[in-house]
Amino acid sequence: MTLPISEPIPETAKPKLARKVRLRFDRHSNAHWLLYPERGMQLSASAASIAALCTGAKTLQQIVDELHAGAPGSSREQIAQDVRQFLGALRDRSLLEPL
Amino acid sequence: MESHASERYRPLTLVAELTYRCPLRCLYCSNPVERSGATNPELGQEHWQTVLTDAESLGVVQVHFTGGEPLLRTELEALVAHARSLGLYSSLITSGLGLTRERLQQLSAAGLDHVQVSIQGMSDADGVQIAGRAGLTQKLQVMEWVRALELPLTINVVLHRHNIEQIPQLIDLAERLGAERLELANSQYLGWALANREYLMPDDTQIERAREQANAAKQRLRGRMELLFVLPDYHAGVVRACMQGWASRYIVVSPDGMVLPCHQAHALPGLEFERVTGRSLKDIWRDNPGLNQFRGESWMAEPCRSCERRSQDFGGCRCQAFQLTGRMDATDPACKLAPDHDLILRAREQARAPDARLPLRYRRVPREPAAR
Repeated sequence: MTLPISEPIPETAKPKLARKVRLRFDRHSNAHWLLYPERGMQLSASAASIAALCTGAKTLQQIVDELHAGAPGSSREQIAQDVRQFLGALRDRSLLEPL
Repeated sequence: MESHASERYRPLTLVAELTYRCPLRCLYCSNPVERSGATNPELGQEHWQTVLTDAESLGVVQVHFTGGEPLLRTELEALVAHARSLGLYSSLITSGLGLTRERLQQLSAAGLDHVQVSIQGMSDADGVQIAGRAGLTQKLQVMEWVRALELPLTINVVLHRHNIEQIPQLIDLAERLGAERLELANSQYLGWALANREYLMPDDTQIERAREQANAAKQRLRGRMELLFVLPDYHAGVVRACMQGWASRYIVVSPDGMVLPCHQAHALPGLEFERVTGRSLKDIWRDNPGLNQFRGESWMAEPCRSCERRSQDFGGCRCQAFQLTGRMDATDPACKLAPDHDLILRAREQARAPDARLPLRYRRVPREPAAR
């Protein structure tokens, strides 16, 4: 059963980039991009670090924990919010495998 | 250091037209009308590999292998592999005709990222009428193979007055097949499609219903399947940002190696384009006069010059302007502010009662030229 898109992503979901999506470092812009049919999306450094963790192996909670551990002094709450927002945008564009 | 032009005009997509040869001869084909019997030799594998390498160094991240029918080139696998080695995201744009499961497997192994298969409608009769050939069974089989090999699938349907009412069934089909994307793109009336406009163009009522159906499905499928619905320019009122700006984000290379801003630009008189057999893609992209002709905004006349949309739509389509008005620097007549917009309104009026006796103009498909 696919989670309706209006539902928030649960902590236990294991987000995975859709198979049509490829994460690539772009030397021209010195940034990571998501590539997918006919389009590309340039990512900020923080978005790129989230995308790299969307392998389907980690839960949302684990992703947030890992990012938090990698940024001492940061607010876990803020990171959780950023991750949710970014994943929501990806889901909206069908760039995540259905959760 | 990169030159000024290549910094400002970083191309992102290479459209590699590997051949004009094709088993189909669609009434709306985007291959050039005036070069349909083109006998210039097709670029060989080494030239294409250099084109891919140079395109990547200019900034390209996407490559579309298209044609004609790109499967007719035996070098396709090698080119896909080369694109992959450069990190490019590669799409195969195909009719699916002539494809075997083994070959698709090889293309996938070579690193192909995405397959787009076009269908003409929900029945073989649509294929025969539009493309001069049936073939739906084979196309559906190809789509099953694409799914089985776990390659991302786009189904592409060019819409016109004789298939636009099949939208609900087309959406069903795409869902059933588990396609990632469904492209329902109305024909744009350029080239062959302009020659057959009266036969192809839907009337306003059909367009309105199609728009409603597509929008409802888009909402329903959000997050699961991407649905693209493209209006004909004639019905949009505002113009598309054609190719995201002239010689800006797209490089089109024709089968004989001509570097173009779009599929249709060869028809524009007096513009000088160059082939990669003479100079490198990088040099051509930087300073070819044809490519520089409509870059930026300085070529624009009123009402574009002072229009606030000019940096979004870039004045619309130069080919449409030329093909409808005879002046390639005119405002695209599809814009409701264009002095020649009347041409569009009259064509739409005509679509309410088209002349059914008009002869159809099918393209002649070039014979196999020797590759060089």
